Amino acid sequence: MESLIGLLVAAPLLGAAVLLCGGRRLDRTGHWLGTGLAFTSFVLGLVLFADMLGKDGEERALHSHLFTWIPVEGFQADAAFQLDQLSMTFVLLITGVGSLIHVYSVGYMEHDERRRRFFGYLNLFLAAMLLLVLADNFLLLYVGWEGVGLASYLLIGFWQHKPSAATAAKKAFIVNRVGDVGLSIAIMLMFVTFGTFAFEPVMNSVGETGEGKLTAIGLMLLLAACGKSAQVPLQSWLGDAMEGPTPVSALIHAATMVTAGVYLIVRSGAIFDAAPDAQLVVTIVGAVTLLFGAIVGCAKDDIKKALAGSTMSQIGYMILAAGLGPIGYAFAIMHLVTHGFFKAGLFLGAGSVMHGMNDEVDMRKYGGLRKYMPVTFVTFGLGYLAIIGFPGLSGFFSKDLIIEAAFAKGGTQGWILGGAALLGAALTAYYMTRVMLMTFFGEKRWEADAKGDMPHPHESPKTMTIPMIVLAIGSVGAGAFFDIGERFVHWLEPVTGFEHGHLPDGLSVPMVTGATVACMVLGVAAAWLQYGRRPVPAAAPRGSLLTRAARRDLLQDDFNHVALVKPGEYLTRGLVYLDHKLVDGIVNGTAAAFGGLSARMRRVQNGYARSYAVSMFGGAVVLIAATLLMRAV
Amino acid sequence: MNALAQAGYTTSTGEATQFWVLAIFAVAGALGTVMMKKAVHSALCLAGTMVILAVFYLANGAYFLGVVQIVVYTGAVMMLFLFVLMLVGISAADSLKETIKGQRWLAMLCGIGFGVLLMAGIGNASLSSFEGLEDANSGGNVHGLAALIFRDYVFAFELTGALLITAAVAGMVLTHREKTEATPTQREQAAQRVRDGVQVPPMPAPGVYARHNAVDIPALLPDGTPSELTVNRTLRDRGQIRDVSAQALADLAAIEQRTADYQGKALEPDTGDDAEPNGSVSANAGGKAGKGEGE
Amino acid sequence: MNPVNYLYLAALLFTIGAAGVLIRRNAIVVFMCIELMLNACNLALITFSRMHGNLDGQIVAFFTMVVAAAEVVVGLAIIVSFYRSRHSASVDDAALMKL
Repeated sequence: MESLIGLLVAAPLLGAAVLLCGGRRLDRTGHWLGTGLAFTSFVLGLVLFADMLGKDGEERALHSHLFTWIPVEGFQADAAFQLDQLSMTFVLLITGVGSLIHVYSVGYMEHDERRRRFFGYLNLFLAAMLLLVLADNFLLLYVGWEGVGLASYLLIGFWQHKPSAATAAKKAFIVNRVGDVGLSIAIMLMFVTFGTFAFEPVMNSVGETGEGKLTAIGLMLLLAACGKSAQVPLQSWLGDAMEGPTPVSALIHAATMVTAGVYLIVRSGAIFDAAPDAQLVVTIVGAVTLLFGAIVGCAKDDIKKALAGSTMSQIGYMILAAGLGPIGYAFAIMHLVTHGFFKAGLFLGAGSVMHGMNDEVDMRKYGGLRKYMPVTFVTFGLGYLAIIGFPGLSGFFSKDLIIEAAFAKGGTQGWILGGAALLGAALTAYYMTRVMLMTFFGEKRWEADAKGDMPHPHESPKTMTIPMIVLAIGSVGAGAFFDIGERFVHWLEPVTGFEHGHLPDGLSVPMVTGATVACMVLGVAAAWLQYGRRPVPAAAPRGSLLTRAARRDLLQDDFNHVALVKPGEYLTRGLVYLDHKLVDGIVNGTAAAFGGLSARMRRVQNGYARSYAVSMFGGAVVLIAATLLMRAV
Repeated sequence: MNALAQAGYTTSTGEATQFWVLAIFAVAGALGTVMMKKAVHSALCLAGTMVILAVFYLANGAYFLGVVQIVVYTGAVMMLFLFVLMLVGISAADSLKETIKGQRWLAMLCGIGFGVLLMAGIGNASLSSFEGLEDANSGGNVHGLAALIFRDYVFAFELTGALLITAAVAGMVLTHREKTEATPTQREQAAQRVRDGVQVPPMPAPGVYARHNAVDIPALLPDGTPSELTVNRTLRDRGQIRDVSAQALADLAAIEQRTADYQGKALEPDTGDDAEPNGSVSANAGGKAGKGEGE
Repeated sequence: MNPVNYLYLAALLFTIGAAGVLIRRNAIVVFMCIELMLNACNLALITFSRMHGNLDGQIVAFFTMVVAAAEVVVGLAIIVSFYRSRHSASVDDAALMKL
């Protein structure tokens, strides 16, 4: 069984290699090859999963040692895989949702002449993400981490002929680099502190280490997670990443990439458990991001950007849960999985809408699409109900558990975090209802696009609708399936540990659930009052100060520009000035000095044989003088 | 130091006298070679120095080389120099004014330094024993040299032969000019002259209308100006043309003056002069005709 | 008289010849100065021969003469061909190597 773990990564990697190196002869079949290999990976994952279910909880982890990567005295790095319940969850999510997105892409990218290359990148993305979650040490995880960064760069910038796409890809890559620096520093600190970076020995020796060092490592890991998972303050790349093709957005937001940060924190749970300060920072980052993303999502008219804000917000929930320690780890992963279903479904639905609307993304130009795209409407609607936490659907279970856990943290912190999570739930309901109403209800507000073509909304082909249906089923049923009998918690418990949270006095579980549902209803009602009852204006109203700020992503880019870019520019200018004046001055001065000297020396070379003869004769004089001197001595 | 060594270490008084007298001339000749303005004079000075050196060779017991020095150097090599001088020009713009800045001073400095150091080296060397060539020359100087050349140095000697042959070939190759086109015939030359239109009639010969019938004096054109075309190009390049046009015009004026004095008339302007002889000629003709008629 | 004086004379002649090479511009005179230097060497060689009491010095002087003769042939040929192309016998006119 262990040998299958390697194949799990190898299959999409092989696909990437073949598709990217294979050339044009694969143009006609390449996408099916990529999809097939993604499914192969998924099937392998299912086989391993079945095998795992047959064992007891504590014995389920598998290890597969491939080779010793860096065999140096005192620095041992192995290429080895570890498949436990946490990894298994991610493997199934990545390969399952990933495969569905592959199928969807076959239809979505049908008219793109670079489709083969696109599938190569998708496979590369899957392989990197699988490597990330299967690695048994931080160094190999880092390889996958960088691979994900590379693949996301390639995919966000896939339509590189658009300057905005190229810029967005660069932005994503650079912001991710900031996080990567955090991860590399964390790995270095780990090596200095523990002498190794394999998961097991690190986690086992946490107890013997000082809290200060653990806090430093935890904060660095958090920085890394912020970069990959688009958490404040490294969130700015996520909205721009919508420049990539929609399946890429679905893949990034649901199955890969942004989940890596949550995985990293849950995987290093032992470190965070021993460093409460770092944990507190994690919860604060999560709470701030969930509100930040929700507010941004409320103001965006671009359907994909509204969904991007929603992703940021939902990942914020996960990070918040992961920061709560053993009472939250399992809920974080559970929400991650359910979110994987409904967010992938929502994005694929959005892609389907765009597909039918001449790639229009402005929701103010949609309206009334439910009649033209019934399948998309139903699947999108189910995803919508799931994400706002409609009772009985998957978002309801997973989000409610996180809110409860937040209150259960206890004390003022618990109240603040729980309140933020509740507010987030209301906002989620508001902005998602807004998306739903503006897109599928109300009057038609379609406009001709830049070429003058009126959109003719139509249902998407089967390759696109079938994945959406499958994901909608997941959105509906996954939460209940996981939560009933605490199945998911028991499944993950051997890895992450679990404690039941205790709500503070005066609160009970039904009260929190009721509050959550009430918030959701409030959000939906507010959105209906604003967008359902009244016709939606085709041009965005000016809006309040907050709305305008939220449209500009709450000034994140302006903040980065003022706080980072400007000082960087001044520093660069200063350095350039120094370089020109000082460094170049020295270099050019030396060159000029030699040039001038040479120009003077050159005059000696006047071409006259007699001048040269004088030199020779002078040399002879010197030789004789030297000879005489040597004899005299 | 014993008597024998002492004898080998000094020379006879006669040789000493000869050395001091001739050495002065040798150095003077060398200085003359360097300093004489005309190359021919330099060559003559050099020849003198070489002859003196030949005498020194003889005094030093190198009888064969002394003779060879005179025959080869003063005889052959210096003659070759003189021939080339004749080809190239005996005074080809060779001023002694220095054109390269600082060259003369550097040369002087290096020369003095070199000479002083060299002589200091000779003075420093421990040249206490002088063997003399009496033993080596006992079988005759030429015999001794021949024995060495054809025995010990035979390979070097053979190589010298090859060197001389190569040098002879090189001399021929360097001075030989390949004829790349057929020599134009007289007819072709005439046709070319007409085509060019510059000088249609034949070139004027040198010395025409000149006081001297010499190659370096250009011919005078009808208006009295000299024609440089008539002088050899080498002489022209060297600037060795002697212009006598002013003199020739003065001579002409003097002759006309004498004629005028003889006829008792004052010298008149050219126009009147030209008209009167024409008139007198026609009068004479008329007179003759009249006489004819009368007979 | 000490025969070393011949060596002093040779050194002096050699130096004068060398100075002439450096000072004069007429290629033929330069060449003559070179001959002067060769002759000064020959005088020194012959004096050495007398000092050491064998004829090897004279042999070397003999070869020097032969080489000098060959050199004269080639050198003068070069001067003649140079004069043909440049109408000048000045060594300074053969200054195409400058700059």
